[in-house]
Amino acid sequence: MPKTKDLPGGIIIDVGSTARNKTGSWRTFRPVVDLEKCTGCGICEKFCPEGCITIKKVKGYDKPKCTIDYDYCKGCLICMEECPFKAISSVVESK
Amino acid sequence: MAREVMEGSQAVARIVANCDVKVIAAYPITPQTHIVQELAKMHADGLIDCEFVNVEAEFSAISAILGATAAGARSFTATSSQGLALMHEVVFAAAGMRLPLVMVIANRALSAPINIWNDHQDSIAERDSGWIQIYCESVQEVVDSVVQAYKIAENKNVLLPVMVCMDGFYLTHVYEPVEIPPKSKVHKFLGKFNYPYKLDPKKPLTMGPLGFPADYARLRKQLAEAVWNSKKVIKEVHDIYAKQFGRVYGDGLLEVYGDGSIALVAMGSVCGTIKDMIDKDELKDVCLVRIRTFRPFPKDEIVEVLKDRDAVVVLDRNISLGNAGAVYLEVRDALYDEKDKPKVVDFVVGLGGVDVNKATLNYVVEKARTVKSGHVEIVDGSEVSSSY
Amino acid sequence: MGIGLRQFAPGHRTCAGCGSAIVFRHVLEALGDDVIICQATGCMEVTTTPYPETSFKVPWIHVVFENAASVATGVKRALKAQGNNHTRVVAMGGDGGMIDIGFGAVSGALERGEDIIIIVYDTEAYSNTGLQRSGGTPFGASTTTSPAGKKIPGKQEWKKNIAMIAVMHRAKYVATANPAFWADLQAKVRKAYEMEGGTRLIHIYSPCPIGWHVDPSKTIKVAKLAVETGLWMLYEVEEGKLKINYKPKEFKPVEEYFKLQGRFKHLLGRKDIIEMVERHVREHWEMMEKVEKEGIDLPKLV
Repeated sequence: MPKTKDLPGGIIIDVGSTARNKTGSWRTFRPVVDLEKCTGCGICEKFCPEGCITIKKVKGYDKPKCTIDYDYCKGCLICMEECPFKAISSVVESK
Repeated sequence: MAREVMEGSQAVARIVANCDVKVIAAYPITPQTHIVQELAKMHADGLIDCEFVNVEAEFSAISAILGATAAGARSFTATSSQGLALMHEVVFAAAGMRLPLVMVIANRALSAPINIWNDHQDSIAERDSGWIQIYCESVQEVVDSVVQAYKIAENKNVLLPVMVCMDGFYLTHVYEPVEIPPKSKVHKFLGKFNYPYKLDPKKPLTMGPLGFPADYARLRKQLAEAVWNSKKVIKEVHDIYAKQFGRVYGDGLLEVYGDGSIALVAMGSVCGTIKDMIDKDELKDVCLVRIRTFRPFPKDEIVEVLKDRDAVVVLDRNISLGNAGAVYLEVRDALYDEKDKPKVVDFVVGLGGVDVNKATLNYVVEKARTVKSGHVEIVDGSEVSSSY
Repeated sequence: MGIGLRQFAPGHRTCAGCGSAIVFRHVLEALGDDVIICQATGCMEVTTTPYPETSFKVPWIHVVFENAASVATGVKRALKAQGNNHTRVVAMGGDGGMIDIGFGAVSGALERGEDIIIIVYDTEAYSNTGLQRSGGTPFGASTTTSPAGKKIPGKQEWKKNIAMIAVMHRAKYVATANPAFWADLQAKVRKAYEMEGGTRLIHIYSPCPIGWHVDPSKTIKVAKLAVETGLWMLYEVEEGKLKINYKPKEFKPVEEYFKLQGRFKHLLGRKDIIEMVERHVREHWEMMEKVEKEGIDLPKLV
């Protein structure tokens, strides 16, 4: 953890700094996106508690697709449950 | 400058109005009521340009001025007794968050039994909170201390909340000639409110985070050091104020009056009675050591003025139940390392508004001459003849 | 960019599948950058600001459990006194902080008509301390202090209706929301944001998978079912008029909702209790639909 000078009363000016904490290490199940099935509808993005899903351009596809930031994904699998196209499946995480 | 005769509470309201206060939150409680009523009236008459919030409880009064201070506005509230007890949780948080709040306490006894009259139990119960506490002898001192309180609290090396304590009824409801320093002069003395870490969408920050053990301990240490170190600023502010406004209260921490070998140690309005008796030679060989700033405790200063006395007689208007008066305990502790320690005794007086008059003081001093060091006595008034 | 990431960073320590985290993302995204958040103690406070880290990118203050609405009052008045009339001040707290222990502060702010937004994210129990019963806990739910025992089947009292209590205070705007209906949720927050003068209160259903004994992947499923069974009604009250925002064509059986949650599992097969809950739902809807249909004037800010 980077050393920071304590401000009076423990005020934090380094806003958004929990981003240092990669919660992806918590994951037991890993959501995997089937880009063929994904329509880029964005429902998964709306329901991700971590905000780690974005719908964006990926290589080899014209339409934007579901992209998961595994640095933060805790593996809750809400995305898999809510995907109307069954484009997300899960695998047991192996490290 | 002209002095006017007015009620103590009105004087507080008048000086608050001159301190460029932007947010006042108020909830009524005897004997603080006249302060907030007067402020409400001045606000209604357009004499103070500020936000006036009639909150639903003291808990919200302190929470609102905490929020206002954090958002960059100089703020004010006042309370008493049960009201201060209700604020307790936020009193600690305000100091921990290092927010420069100023609050006037109209000192009153704590329940039970319910009692509206004066003693110091309410603010003494908050002595461990990290607030600076100033106990005043006169209405004029309250007025001057409110101005000094803002200056001390907002000092970048302090950033601590300050309680200005005035005895309920004895000072809140008394009519005295007072000088209210004019707005222009007070504004110049205080400068603009400039809390350096205010809540501002242009410079986002987080206030009041969760502290895990190591961080908590380090931040509490930082707070403890800030309270200790504030002594220097309290004295400096007192001295600058004295130069500009012409009134001196000892060195800002302590005041010594007379030179007898028996030291009466006291706080608050009773010191006026003691001074009068010393002037009239009604207390033989007695001097007064008035503690003005109880937090931070002026330990070194107190040792210096007490170590060579024959006896130290502490008057406590409070009691730490199961032990003794709080002032006594700390004075006695301060003298522990002295070689030829004076006798130190404690008289708990004036609980719940029992009069501490000349007869009481006479009784205390005479009794002190006969008892051993360590004597602790609660004087409930029955010991004292009313026909002094 | 993910939902609300501009205001609320990842890396926070909420449980996997946390409903409140989803709620926060949408609320904060809808609020934007020109806000000050005053938050009550609770899950979303301790998980987001472990010193020296913070998830928030907008100004944020936490003091104690029961004073978020009062701190927000002070912040707002301070901004006003400094001539800032654009920044919105938001008091956020859970059901514990806003419906129970901080209720006095919420009521005080509503009575004074403070120009603030109050967000109640309702996990229907004290999630932060291990799911104890609160005034927001629904009838029959088993919590750690209203456990389903051999004699008493969970909480025996109904949920406190904070939204209608706010209406009776003549709040400027009152709405209920649910993360499964995120667009409706964001629209309501945005509406409250655009308004000025008077208190706006939004009561938001916030599933707590760990506390409710729900599979983390089913957070949104449960939230949706709360609406489809009629247990959680989506409505808003503006200018004294009630508008129900979503009416299920047919209410799904309450048992379907109960089935997904460990906190109700002791009620499965308890026809008597389930019928009582369904009757309660019906009566609530009948009352509210009558108010809506007949255009009954509710108290409003004048």
